[in-house]
Amino acid sequence: MHELSIAMSIVEMAQEESECRGGAQVQAVHLRLGLLSGVVKEALLSSYEMACHATPLEGSQLFIEEVPVEVFCPKCDAPRSVSSIQWFCCPECGTPTPTVLHGKELEVVALEINTLEPYATEIEQ
Amino acid sequence: MSAQPRLVEVRKNVLKQNDLIARALRERFREAGVLVVSLVSSPGSGKTAFLEKTLTRLHSRHKVAALVGDLATENDAARLARSQAPVKQIITGTVCHLEAAMVQNALSGWNLNELEFLFIENVGNLVCPSSYDLGEDLRFVLLSVTEGEDKPLKYPTIFNSADVAIITKSDLAAAVEFDEAAARRNIQAVRPGMEVFKLSSKTGEGMTEYLEFLERRRVRPRIDDLIANELHVVGE
Repeated sequence: MHELSIAMSIVEMAQEESECRGGAQVQAVHLRLGLLSGVVKEALLSSYEMACHATPLEGSQLFIEEVPVEVFCPKCDAPRSVSSIQWFCCPECGTPTPTVLHGKELEVVALEINTLEPYATEIEQ
Repeated sequence: MSAQPRLVEVRKNVLKQNDLIARALRERFREAGVLVVSLVSSPGSGKTAFLEKTLTRLHSRHKVAALVGDLATENDAARLARSQAPVKQIITGTVCHLEAAMVQNALSGWNLNELEFLFIENVGNLVCPSSYDLGEDLRFVLLSVTEGEDKPLKYPTIFNSADVAIITKSDLAAAVEFDEAAARRNIQAVRPGMEVFKLSSKTGEGMTEYLEFLERRRVRPRIDDLIANELHVVGE
């Protein structure tokens, strides 16, 4: 159960990013989570709430986009999505392949932040 | 002062900090010419016995050392010290896995140039360690014959993240009616092409073959890196 420490890293990262942007309030964090990342979505969601407690991110939301596993098939010479993570082979021709192209992602892609008007105006000028 | 929500792009790996430390470690290991092997498995699969035998047998010909991670107790380090190789315990407290920073801290005071092999025994856990790069050259996943042949299918993520599978406690295979062919099939399903060694730390069966593999691997890590890089480029 390492989801709590992952959630704490996400909160920390979101806080740093919002500080870079003038300390704006973070409303939501968007995350890409690969099916091979070793992190469980449900556990991460409940850990996130705990990790936000008593931080500026308290009350913010975590949106998780799951990334399916994509491998490279040497026979088809093309990327392919595997149908199960218990069977690393090309779904078209059945060739086994260990080359994983996607599915290990654990990445904060975007933040929804509240920008206070005066700050936004300053930037525009 | 009304609030205006806005979406800003970040695109940052959550484990960036760990990955940066792991990358720096890997560079240090490469410069020092030390082959670094990490061991992952469920608790009780025989990691420590396997490591003790490995250290004892390599110690006569090579400079070897080990770091062992555990939630509590220094029992494993004391056990491994019998091999005469330098061993350091990493007590993780409540943390269920090793992180690159823990390895970095544990290495302080050690001169890597004096080493040829370094083993890192992770905490017994088949889930959490898969996410953390420790800067190792090879990750071994251990599976004992008493655990059942379908372990790779139950924990595909960690088996997929490993480079070599070690089937341990082979001396008990007959007693527990271990189906070796099924185990090998399941390993290949979750990680096609993975090298598999079957051995017994107790009787020594299969140890020589595996140790020869390690010695071969140490003298040619650079060639393997080149091949891996090429595969990566093709993959992209």
